[in-house]
Amino acid sequence: MPSTKKLSKHNEIEELALIANNLRKTIINMLLEAGSGHPASSLGMADIFAALYFKILNIDPKNPNDLDRDRFVLSNGHICPLWYATLAERGYFSKAKLKDLRKLGSELQGHPKFGALSGIENSSGSLGQGLSQAAGMALAAKIQGKKYRVYVATGDGELQEGQIWEAAMFAPNKKLDNLTWIIDRNNIQIDGYTEDIMPLENLRSKLESFNWYVIEIDGHNIEEIISACNMAKSVSQRPTAIIAHTIPGRGVEFMEYKFEWHGKVPSKEQALKAVKSLASLEGRIKSDYD
Amino acid sequence: MLNKALNLNQDLFLEDTELKSGRDGFGDAILKLGGAHPEIVVLSADLEESVRVSDFKKNFPDRFVEVGIAEQNMASIAAGMALSGMIPFITSHAVFSPYGNWSQIRLSVCFSNANVKIVGSHSGFSNGPDGGSAESLEDVALARVLPNLVVLSPIDYWQTRRAIEAAVKINGPVYIRVCKEPTKQITTEKTPFEIGAGYVLAEGNDMTIFTTGVIAYEALEAAKVLKAAHKVDAEVISLPTIKPIDKKIIVDSAKKTGKCVSLEEHQINAGFGSAISEILAEEFPVINRRIGVNDTFGESGSYKELKDKYQISAHHVINTILRMLKEK
Repeated sequence: MPSTKKLSKHNEIEELALIANNLRKTIINMLLEAGSGHPASSLGMADIFAALYFKILNIDPKNPNDLDRDRFVLSNGHICPLWYATLAERGYFSKAKLKDLRKLGSELQGHPKFGALSGIENSSGSLGQGLSQAAGMALAAKIQGKKYRVYVATGDGELQEGQIWEAAMFAPNKKLDNLTWIIDRNNIQIDGYTEDIMPLENLRSKLESFNWYVIEIDGHNIEEIISACNMAKSVSQRPTAIIAHTIPGRGVEFMEYKFEWHGKVPSKEQALKAVKSLASLEGRIKSDYD
Repeated sequence: MLNKALNLNQDLFLEDTELKSGRDGFGDAILKLGGAHPEIVVLSADLEESVRVSDFKKNFPDRFVEVGIAEQNMASIAAGMALSGMIPFITSHAVFSPYGNWSQIRLSVCFSNANVKIVGSHSGFSNGPDGGSAESLEDVALARVLPNLVVLSPIDYWQTRRAIEAAVKINGPVYIRVCKEPTKQITTEKTPFEIGAGYVLAEGNDMTIFTTGVIAYEALEAAKVLKAAHKVDAEVISLPTIKPIDKKIIVDSAKKTGKCVSLEEHQINAGFGSAISEILAEEFPVINRRIGVNDTFGESGSYKELKDKYQISAHHVINTILRMLKEK
């Protein structure tokens, strides 16, 4: 499949779901090769990344620094295997580079570094900073009279960082309606379930009380992802938060819902099993759209 | 005594010489730069008047961003704005920024080499009456350890203006340490300033005093007294750029005098004196003493009282040097 191919309207949703599933296979292979990294949320956010990069974002991989491009900021940098896989699939750089993840001298750093690689819009790794960075980009667009939109993905565990709430106060106050915040609500973090460690609920009402426009979606339903992002474009005078309910480890049955897979890579045998599991998800996607 | 080539203030030692603050230098500089640079934006964390950006706000309301009392947010927002082509100045008291937002300055700003300028006002003892909690005696240590970050510590009002102008000319993060207290003017509008350059404020052959920031005045006062009362000819070198530091001027002077002291309004550990000592130890080891706040927190008091009590005033520099000269 050519990496920048146009999606045909007819079976667009199926194609995006299949792209997402291919990203998952790529991630498994990248992590196996790298020997360390974070599979659970990388797999869980694949549908959202596929929808963003192949449908929603106004971007051109051949002109990655276009001043009017939409920006995508990744706050929970540990899911960068997914970001790298997506950027390569979209044509920002050669897929051959993906095998260099986490290796000495590689452009594919273990956490994203701005400037290291085409398409990477920010540095992250210490949690909690991406929403502020994205708000800065959105405010810059307002000041400079630019029409681009800024999308930022955060984890849910990182909402325990105080800075997130500083930014959550700031963006509605500055009426940043060009900002869309996607929260990966997968309920896990390194040490366990978010609600056991430091509960976030009621997240929706928290965000609404901060004056965000809030949409809750199934983060694996491509149509819901697209329609939420489109809805956000029509919201005026305030930013939008999309709480995306996702399954950590999505598609790899033995990883699904398990916080133990937040930051552990599969063995060779487990990787084979994972790829098989993803092949069966591919079959289900195809039959769903028959 | 003063180096004529630098067009320094000839009235420096007069009783009634004009006093001006570094923060006013920043406020005047940023107001002027705001007109010429539409990409400059000023962020404030609820200390607008205190860091002298009210006039900027009045003149460029669309490019003034109040973030509230949220320095971490401020640093990362600024990074996002810088990556979108703007030149953000984040302004606060030094004790809040780069202290409370060091991790954001490290990752959002410096790791991305984002073009953010960090203005830390009320540095050193210049917020004296507010007490030890408000005294920024560790900011140079926090700043100079960060890769990509240029660290400036101008010695008075005019040099603060020059430092701000120079910071805008380079594409990358800069920390500018700014004093609240009105102090005597060592430099004038005509004094040269370049990032990375040290300056011989007064030439001498017996001793070298390395200094930075507004405490430089105490070094000059000490040199004056040493010459008049003790026939000691001290060289005074200011290093308004702490990183990247002017190694050559340090080593050349050490070779000439063989005895050095450093004077800073900061903790004695990991700051300016440490930077000087590192260079001397590696490049040209000589007898060298650090004068600074001796591993202790400050307390409430006037600026002058605190300089005296914490032994960084001219009097203490003179005593240290006389002791060193006797030792040999």
